[in-house]
Amino acid sequence: MTRITVKVDGSSFTDEVEPRTLLVLYLREQLGKTGTVVGCDTGNCGACTVHLDGRSVKSCSLLAVQADGHEITTIEGLATNGELHPMQQAFHENHALQCGYCTPGMIMQSIDLIADNPNPSDEDIRHGLEGNLCRCTGYQNIVKAVQAAAAAAPAAPAAAQHSAVGGAQ
Amino acid sequence: MIPAAFEYFSPTSVDEALGLLREHDDAKVLAGGQSLMPALRLRLAAPEVIVDIQKIDELHGVRDDGDALVIGAMTPHSTVQSDPLVSEHARLISLATATVGDPQVRHRGTFGGSLAHADPAADLPAVAVALDASFVIAGADGRRTVPATEFFQGMFSTAVGEDELLVEVRVPKYTGWGAHYEKFNRVAQAWSIVSVAAAVRLDGDSIAEARVGLGNMGPAPVRATAVEAALVGQPATAEAVREAAARAADGTSPGSDLNGDADYRRHLATVLTRRAVLAAAGTA
Repeated sequence: MTRITVKVDGSSFTDEVEPRTLLVLYLREQLGKTGTVVGCDTGNCGACTVHLDGRSVKSCSLLAVQADGHEITTIEGLATNGELHPMQQAFHENHALQCGYCTPGMIMQSIDLIADNPNPSDEDIRHGLEGNLCRCTGYQNIVKAVQAAAAAAPAAPAAAQHSAVGGAQ
Repeated sequence: MIPAAFEYFSPTSVDEALGLLREHDDAKVLAGGQSLMPALRLRLAAPEVIVDIQKIDELHGVRDDGDALVIGAMTPHSTVQSDPLVSEHARLISLATATVGDPQVRHRGTFGGSLAHADPAADLPAVAVALDASFVIAGADGRRTVPATEFFQGMFSTAVGEDELLVEVRVPKYTGWGAHYEKFNRVAQAWSIVSVAAAVRLDGDSIAEARVGLGNMGPAPVRATAVEAALVGQPATAEAVREAAARAADGTSPGSDLNGDADYRRHLATVLTRRAVLAAAGTA
């Protein structure tokens, strides 16, 4: 067992983990953060996307021990005081989901995307979401939602995101 | 799936990492993990020991070293992709890096990790041979420098020994050269069926020097020297470039798989080389 200290959605945790524990399973099974889901075994689908020090990563392709000393934000850490994050709100309003399984990862990656590019074209959005698969073919409304979120909060999320970029880069 | 159990170490210096690699017979180096983690999960790999090199500070970052750029092995793709030094002196690397995996993979995956993994269908090996990069490898007897043509030895096989570590990659400066990376794949995230990395220096309207690297045209990346030689002194026109690019598959031995047989790959190499060289000349 290896001891790790991580900050997840604003709270600090120190835990003993088996080195082979995937970050996504640590989040789900040890911390109970089941909002982040597991979609595939190969790192393709992006459903498990979280932010590590403010940048999107696939939490199935990281070990929990690799996150030691870092800060993680999951889909569960986005809403504040019962208010949805603007990207969550935009997904809700644009019906950017059908079954909803890809949604946590889509939202986390979309936030990263507009942090890099606050005024994306539809093509920028499609390329930026290349690592996230939706099996209900809901891409049209997802692109619409990301456009709506970008228009609703110009530049503000980018500043918030980049302030969190840290040592892993 | 969950990886098989392993012992985990997180050294903070190159010497400490080398000591661990010498001490343990079945140890695997973990860089960004974007190839290794899926392999561990599918149990295609099950090493007894993992040596995570993330906390070794000297392996991170890009620096200017006179005639060359030096890219630390642990520098993430997303950093390389947007690095101003790389963009100015080795634009081919910026362009190819932007096509690696997807954004999440580029945040974690590393320049050195991808090269040391040496997947025949990866993006960066063809770039490294095209640009005459050299690889600094640390071992028990100190550090040695290996040229790209000797670094890649075959499928998933490099000059890095069992007890050695790739520390950094030195890339000569190609300031003012045009560059283009052309990769052919079926769908987003798919591996290249064939890829071509091209850099061109123009003298007026004609090509003064050219570098062309081919990916997935054999177990290791290939430098298309016949094309390079044929391009020198030629005008950067569609006709002249087409004629030179016709030699792209000379001396290669590509494999056949579900994506395409060897003849198809040889044909593709000529087409993609023409496109890449013309596009590179257009940006010079």
